[in-house]
Order: sequence, then C-alpha cells, then structure tokens
Amino acid sequence: MSTVGTKIESVKSLQDYREELLAGRDPATRCVRVCIGTGCTAKGSLAVLEQFRKAADEMPGDAEVVESKCTGCHGFCERGPIVVVDPGNVFYHGVQEEDVAEIWRETAIGGRVLERLLYEDDQTGKIATTPDEIPFYSAQKRIVLAHNGVIDPTRIEEYIAAGGYAGLTKTLDSMQPDDVIDEITRAGLRGRGGGGFLTGRKWRSARRADGEPKYVIANGDEGDPGAFMDRSLMEGDPHAVIEGMIIAGYAIGSSRGTIYVRNEYPLAVKHLTAAIEQARDLGLLGENILGSGHSFDVRINRGAGAFVCGESTALMASLEGRVGEPRAKYIHTVESGLHGKPSLLNNVETLANVPQIIFNGADWFASCGTEKSKGTKIFSLVGKVKNTGLVEVPMGMTLREIVYDVGGGIRDDKQFKAVQTGGPSGGCIPAEFLDEPVDFDRLTELGSMMGSGGMIVLDEDDCMVHVAKYFLQFLKAESCGKCTPCREGTAQMLEVLTRITKGKGREGDIPLLEGLGELLEDTALCALGKTAAYPVLSTVRRFREEYEAHIVEGRCPAKQCPGLFRYEINAEICNGCRLCAKRCPVDAITGEKKKPHKIVQEKCTNCGTCFDVCPFSSIMKV
Amino acid sequence: MCENSTSAVATIIDRYAGDADMLIPMMQDVQSECGYLPQTELKELSGLLGVPLSQIYSVATFYSSFRLMPKGDHTIQLCMGTVCYLKGADKISEAIQKEFDLVPGSTSPDGKFTYSPINCVGACALAPVMVVDGEYHGGLEPGSAVKLLHKIAEAGPADQAEKKPAAKKKTAKKKAAKKKAAGSKKK
Repeated sequence: MSTVGTKIESVKSLQDYREELLAGRDPATRCVRVCIGTGCTAKGSLAVLEQFRKAADEMPGDAEVVESKCTGCHGFCERGPIVVVDPGNVFYHGVQEEDVAEIWRETAIGGRVLERLLYEDDQTGKIATTPDEIPFYSAQKRIVLAHNGVIDPTRIEEYIAAGGYAGLTKTLDSMQPDDVIDEITRAGLRGRGGGGFLTGRKWRSARRADGEPKYVIANGDEGDPGAFMDRSLMEGDPHAVIEGMIIAGYAIGSSRGTIYVRNEYPLAVKHLTAAIEQARDLGLLGENILGSGHSFDVRINRGAGAFVCGESTALMASLEGRVGEPRAKYIHTVESGLHGKPSLLNNVETLANVPQIIFNGADWFASCGTEKSKGTKIFSLVGKVKNTGLVEVPMGMTLREIVYDVGGGIRDDKQFKAVQTGGPSGGCIPAEFLDEPVDFDRLTELGSMMGSGGMIVLDEDDCMVHVAKYFLQFLKAESCGKCTPCREGTAQMLEVLTRITKGKGREGDIPLLEGLGELLEDTALCALGKTAAYPVLSTVRRFREEYEAHIVEGRCPAKQCPGLFRYEINAEICNGCRLCAKRCPVDAITGEKKKPHKIVQEKCTNCGTCFDVCPFSSIMKV
Repeated sequence: MCENSTSAVATIIDRYAGDADMLIPMMQDVQSECGYLPQTELKELSGLLGVPLSQIYSVATFYSSFRLMPKGDHTIQLCMGTVCYLKGADKISEAIQKEFDLVPGSTSPDGKFTYSPINCVGACALAPVMVVDGEYHGGLEPGSAVKLLHKIAEAGPADQAEKKPAAKKKTAKKKAAKKKAAGSKKK
C-alpha cells in the first residue's frame, strides 16, 4: 500500500512530488509485474505474486534491486496468469508457482529470457518476447488501458509517477470550468456506457442546471453479461476514474461524487476504496484541492445485483436506498436526478478518458477514430474466439480486424457465424458485415449497438434462436416489473422462443415475435425495456432461415437445441470401447465390445452424455 | 453480531453517519456479518433509521444479492453470463441442482450449499465459471463441477466466506498455506 502521508497543497508541489518520485527511480531497477486482475487471480496469480514477493524479501543485501509488484489486468486473460519482467518488458504467460524460482533466477536476476514461457503464435510459430510482438497487443491502441498491467493500482505514487493527476493539475491551474467543457466537447467524446451521448453536451447541461448540491456519479454497474471493461479499469487503474470525476466536478460545479460499483466486483471495490483513501491523504480529494478552492469527495456504493440499476433513474433510486425502478424521463437526470438535484452520470470508461483528453488536448483525442466516434473503445472480446480478453482499439477498426487480427480468429478453426454486441440491448452482426468499421453509428445502422463494449463471437455451433432465448431469459428475470410491456412482453416472447427451440413452434410465431418486439420498443418505460426485444428482432432479421428451420422442419441447423437433431455413432471411428454404452442413462447404446456401437434412436433422449464422454469423437450430431 | 444485535446494527448505521440513503450498504453489511438478513436485525434497522419495514422488505426482495434465509456452509455462485451459457453453464446448473437437491436461491436440505446463479462475474476468459466461497473455478463441465462441489463439501464449512474479497486457486492456496511461515509481505 501507499507510503504517502503528507498533504500536497499546490499544483506546483504535486509536480515537484512527481519529479521526486521519478528521480528516485533507478532505471536499472529490475521489476517483476504480476497481474492480479480477476481472470489471472482465478488462475492462481496471487500465489505466484506471493512467491515473487518472498523471493524479493529473501534477496541478500539490498532487496530493492529487484521489485515485485502487482498490476491490474493485462487484458490477455486467456493466457493468465501473466507475469512481465523489466527491463526488457519480457512477457510470460500461464505462469504457475513452480515457475517462479526459475523466472526469478534467470530473468529477474540474470536478465536471461526463458523461452518456454514465452508466447508462441499458433499460426506462424513465431515466438514473442515482448507484448508488442504479440498480434493480440500489436493491433491494439491502448490509451485508456495504458496503465493497466504497468502500474500497481494499490499505490497512488505509481499513478502519479506515470503522469497521473496531470490532467487535474492542468485543469485547476489554467482552465475555467467552461474551458474544460469546451475541450471535452471539441474532443467529441461520447458516453462509453451504451447510449453514446455526447459527454461535453451532458456536462454543459449539468453546469447550466439549477440546484444545489450537484452530483457526479460514475456508473460502474456493468450489467451486460459478457462484458468486463469497467471491472478491469476500476481494478487496474482506479485513480483514472477518480481523476476524471474530480475534473467533472470542477466543470459542472459539484463537490460530491459517487461511484456505483457492481456487487459482483469485490476487487474493484477494494482497489477503489484504497485509491480514494490515498487520494484523500494526499489532498487530491477533500476540501480545497491543491489550493484551488475546488472541493470534491467521492464515496462508493455497491450495487445489490439488479441489472436494471445500470439505467440512470433506477441507479439513482438505488442510491437513495430504494428499489431500482426507472421513472419516465420527461426531465433528464442532469436536471433532476439524485434527490431531485442535478446529477451527472457518466460511465467509468468515459471518465477514465477525461484526464487524457485534458492533458493531451481535444485535437490529440479527435485525431483517432471516425467522423462521429472519436478515440478508442475497450471491448471484452469473448466467446468462440482464440484470444479471449480485454482489447482497446481505435474507433473505426473493422470487425474482421478485431476478431481475426486481435482475437486470432475462431477457436478450433470453425466457421465464424456472428458477433453479438451491445449486450441484452444489442444484436447480432453476421459474417457479411465483417468488413464494416466499428463505431457508434455504424453498429446502430447494422441493427445492433455499441453498448458498453461486450463483443461475443459466435461460431457455427451456436444456434441463433438459442442465443435470443438466452437474452430473453436474462431480461425476463431482470425486468423490474414496473411497466407492463416489459414485464409481460419479455415473458411472452420467451414462451414463444422456448417452444420454437423445443420444435413446437407454430406458423405465425415469427410475425408474433416481431409484433411483440415492436410493441416493446414503442411502449416500454425505460431504455432497457425499449431495447429488450433487439436480440430477437436482430436474429430474426439476420437469421430468419434458422427460425424457419426450427418451426417448419423441426430441425436445429446449429445442432444445439435438444431434440431437433440426432446423435449417431461413426462406425469408422468407433472402436467399441463401451464407455458410451456404460454411461448412457437410458441404455440406448448397443453393440459388442471392440465393435462399432449403435444408438437406438427410439430410446435416445438426446442428453448428449455419449457425445461428451467419447474419447475418440466418434459420436456425431446429424 | 446476530446474537447481540442491538449494538451491532447501531454500529453499522453509525458507519454511514445515519444516512438513510445508505440503506442498501447497511443491509449489505448486515448480510455480510450474519450471512443473511435476519428479521430481528431488519426490524432493528427500520426502527433506528426511521425507514418503514415495508421499504426494507421491498429492497431485500428486489435485489438478487439479498437473502432472507440462512445460507449453507458454502455459497455457490454459478455464472450465467452469455459466454458461460454458450459454453454450457445451463447444463452445469441442471447437474448441480439435481445432485444437491437445489433450486436457484435455495439452500440444500443438508445445509451444505446455497445456490445462486448470477448474471456475469466478468471472468469470461475462464468460461464456464463457478465461484464457490469467493474462489473462482473455470473451464468446468457438469461432471467436474459436481465432483468439485463434493470435494468442497467433504472439506467442511467455509469460514465466513463472504468476507473474502479476492480469490485463490484451490491448489495454490494449499501450497501458499504451507509456505506461510516464511517471509512477510513486502509493502
């Protein structure tokens, strides 16, 4: 944890403090960086870190020559735990406890590279020593994630030494609130949480709104399943979010900040809590920050497990200690939000962009991206893609580049089918649009949306009706129940989808789904309800033939819906090991030992046990 | 605290300076100390805070992370995020429910497990993921998930699992424990 104790009272002293920190650093210091993001932690990185720290402690003489530290998520969760050794930026993946001694001896002390732990490219066989040589990283542009994986998120000194809080000092030193808003507006920053609303315009409205006090709220209630951008930011670079909030507070004239964090993110809460305390200790939060006269403080509220609380009015209801039900938005929350006071709600990724925009200028930011979508966007690239993880790419990169260059293509070299973006409010984009640029407007035109940045890659084995059913199940369970269209509409749509996936679909079900979807879009109370039908509408639009195959032919083309395909044994591969026959719960498999077996279709219940247990992959779905 | 609740509920309220806005964090603290939301504590909270019990009850039943029943020795959180689902989390869910006689949100008859499917833990690279007592287990299938849970049940009750924020891998934890004697943490 941090070692800072004294308050910094002016912009100049913060700059001096940064220089002091940098001067105290020996560039020759060897350093082992261990990722402790949730992904790597689950794979055992805390034990790896402990081993490294032990090794550092046991060093004879001056132990500071080699430092071991924890960092936030590197993004390449697929290959965790990730360990990087400096100098040299040597990137090791899949590091286990037993590798620690060797890494310590060879690389940390000896400066030699251990080839067996380096990344090897599947396709080219090329071995990469540093992240820049790995296609997953080299195709990215990491601006918001620049500190993730580099600094220790539990130490404010590291953030400051890396240039942190320089955006704040510039703000307090030389900018008026309106200048800040102008800069953000000129940069063209748009909300990263889903809507894509212009951040500068929102700030302007909040500044102009009447009422005291005003609130700045950071939305870290990342509810979309399959998305973890905000989690990694809050875990790996919490001060960037806090700095963004202080600047926002200065711009709109607010001294009260709240970060609303999802209950499922305990590590994010821990790191944010520590970050807030350290910022207070240094005087970067609290009264009269850096002698500027601007006061601002932040508190954390944990969500309690309700997806709808990502919606602005529901979130504010939750902050007031009530159930998270949205209200109609005749009046926006920037004018009347928390306790009926002006409340500025921004996503944490949006806020993390702010310090960089202020420090580097609007032109710098706007030079990246497309005409109406500037900067970069973090996506959680997951699903059937080879390199799962967190990626940050410039707006306007094509889907193909993201899926194939960064993501390394489809796992097991299967056929790409679609990419699902925008979470439960989004849609599926099929292969024919792979060369489309990814930005806010283009994704909407394609019938999906940017959303918060979940990007779920689907392959030939994924049934689109099943995918749509998944989202409807999710939304039915998460509908707050306040308005009838959403509460009843999602339930009815789910019922129709369920019968389709059971082969009991009826003629007219597709138009029925479309009708219900349009009804929801027109009449639901909040944005989540209005978009609840999108997963269905977009799959009906792009994959109508799959719906028809289920309804008309009783067949699931992706062979995923039980009962709508058969299991058969490939006699050429089966060697009669009897494993499947032993495990079949209904004794539907017959055959003599060491001779090919057969499935008695009349008995088979399609449970898939034989498919899972066959060691020779001789069971086929037909 | 649950035995000696009067002072503890008051302590929790003090922690948030008696701000009724912070009702949800207060209830979260009660739950983290008691393992669930006992009636006595909720009534206490209502009285001291001046918030109607009906509002507390509506909050407790609206948000999925609150429990009104005691939890089992171990808490199973099965991720039902998109990726986990596509990789077979629904099948794992079925297997667990069948094996341990559970339904979502319930505690098994033998009091060993409390089961809550949750929306997404954001560890998609490990899908399908199950979090047991705060420890993440990835790459599961129905068979291995059930096996893992049996193993955990044999090992005995977890100690206040909800308090542990971070997670360690099972094997790693054992090894770390062995080496615990040596060396203190740096910084």
